[in-house]
Amino acid sequence: MTLGTLIVRNLRRHTFRVTLTAFGIATVILAFNLIVTTVRAWYAGVEASVPNRLISRHAASLSIHLPLAYRDRIATLDGVTGVTYANWFGGVYRDAKGFFPQFAVEPASFLDLHAELSVTEEERQAFLSDRRGCVIGHRLAALYGWKVGDVIALKGTIYPGDWEFVVRGVYRGADAATDETWMLLRWDYMNERRQQIDPDRAGTVGWYVIRIADPSLAGSVSRSVDAEFANSTAETRTETEQAFQAGFVAMSGAIIGALKLLAIVLNGVTLLVLANTLVMAVRERTKELAVLRTLGFRPRHLTALVTGEALLIAGLGSALGIAITIPATYIFGALVAAKLGNFFQHLTLYSSTLLLSASVTLCIAVCAAAFPIMTILRDKIAEGLRHAG
Amino acid sequence: MNQPVVEFQRVFKSYFRGEQEIPVLKDFCLSVPQGQFLAIMGPSGSGKTTILNLVAGLDRPTQGTIHAAGIAVSQQGEADLARWRARHIGFVFQFYNLIPVLTAAENVELPLLLSKLARRERFKHVQAALGLVGLSDRIQHYPRQLSGGQEQRVGIARAIVSDPTILLADEPTGNLDRSAAQAIMALLTRLHQELNKTILMVTHDPQAADYAQEILHFDKGKVD
Repeated sequence: MTLGTLIVRNLRRHTFRVTLTAFGIATVILAFNLIVTTVRAWYAGVEASVPNRLISRHAASLSIHLPLAYRDRIATLDGVTGVTYANWFGGVYRDAKGFFPQFAVEPASFLDLHAELSVTEEERQAFLSDRRGCVIGHRLAALYGWKVGDVIALKGTIYPGDWEFVVRGVYRGADAATDETWMLLRWDYMNERRQQIDPDRAGTVGWYVIRIADPSLAGSVSRSVDAEFANSTAETRTETEQAFQAGFVAMSGAIIGALKLLAIVLNGVTLLVLANTLVMAVRERTKELAVLRTLGFRPRHLTALVTGEALLIAGLGSALGIAITIPATYIFGALVAAKLGNFFQHLTLYSSTLLLSASVTLCIAVCAAAFPIMTILRDKIAEGLRHAG
Repeated sequence: MNQPVVEFQRVFKSYFRGEQEIPVLKDFCLSVPQGQFLAIMGPSGSGKTTILNLVAGLDRPTQGTIHAAGIAVSQQGEADLARWRARHIGFVFQFYNLIPVLTAAENVELPLLLSKLARRERFKHVQAALGLVGLSDRIQHYPRQLSGGQEQRVGIARAIVSDPTILLADEPTGNLDRSAAQAIMALLTRLHQELNKTILMVTHDPQAADYAQEILHFDKGKVD
């Protein structure tokens, strides 16, 4: 026999109570994992940012465009090794739920600067040679069953009218963080239609993507770009791609903050549930624990007994919670996709999220054990032996 | 005469209920030589159990010094006392106080978990202790599967398994019928005679006290 034997036997005294507690913890872990997965999906763009790319946009607002002529001036600045540009297209497929990111881009330079969007040379050439062509992400293609050669009809919102694009390529992300739900269409095709319907805004771009020689030059190149267009009618604001993406996330700061707070509250619930179970268990065994102390068990032995019990319950709850989380995330992802389309393209359950939830729960178990341990060690042995419970 | 293994020197002990002081021991002196079987008798609330608790370091005197098994018990820290108890004190309780989720053998093994003995060695000691109390055939039984007398014998086996210097018995027959009580007292007498154990036993029962070498009558904090 070991102390572990006693811990396991103690747990088996109240199987129902322990099971309920473990299920409670599992439920909290499930909720925690879904929240963390959702928050991580929000930050996916930030995580996928490339450190040697800058974004330059209008200083006043992203909705105000910049002249196309800036491209050549930016390209000549020190530290700049490439420039491309894009516009947010904002079309709708079928209905409002059919939302996915669409960018009107200059195809050759955009693909050059975004090496993480992997297309075959054949697909690249097809895209470059077809003004109505487009390249779509693998996940987007899978979602709608699109393949090369298919025609995608979009209804323009920013650029009104019916638009048709021919799929010329399907890109795959270089890693798991790469967004595979984009649709890249050709800026020149969009601009051509814009000259007819909105000639005042023709020849402008939403933002520039600037590749720099070294990430350490980000600050100086950003300042150079902004200085280049200072005191003009279209001043720029240049920042790293990561900061640019983080700015989008910050727009949802209140929601993300609330979700993070909720995750903390959930862990507080685990603490209370577990502490309650342990306090009940220890109170029932006040006399037995006093007997153990009479036999010579030291405070560290009693601490090990109670903490071991807490860790075992938390471990059971964690294992159960993780087992539930895996299919639940899949279902959650499907439900979110049905409601929000591709808003969360990266609703992916990472093993690090599972590890985080289990680690947090085990840490909480140690904290929860502290309450009853303090009670045991504070009580006098003689009083414990007189305990009637 | 053997050296005293337990010695109370002018010990006072009071309990407090709010502001009210309830004296239990008043200027109490006691000397128990090695190998003595002493019965302490007295009415309820006279402080008998307090004497055992003080010897074992489960409680502390308000004033005075207690020496037992080579140390000044009243001057030790909790962790040191726990280590000392594991080595020198065996405790037999009135209500047996076995752990219900452990078998007889596992209950007896508990004090040995604090030693450096290997599992196999521990099991040998457990078998010997349970054999000594006549329960070799009940090793795998849980407390609920044993009679009161058998439970108390397991309690005694647990108390002696680590070969302590002093055996403290708090009303060991108080919860047993006459025949079971006689068997337990015969067992304690045997432990005293054959293993030369120093035994301090608290009891109400004059018949149980008769098994002891010496009887101490105790009332209102003082020896009668």
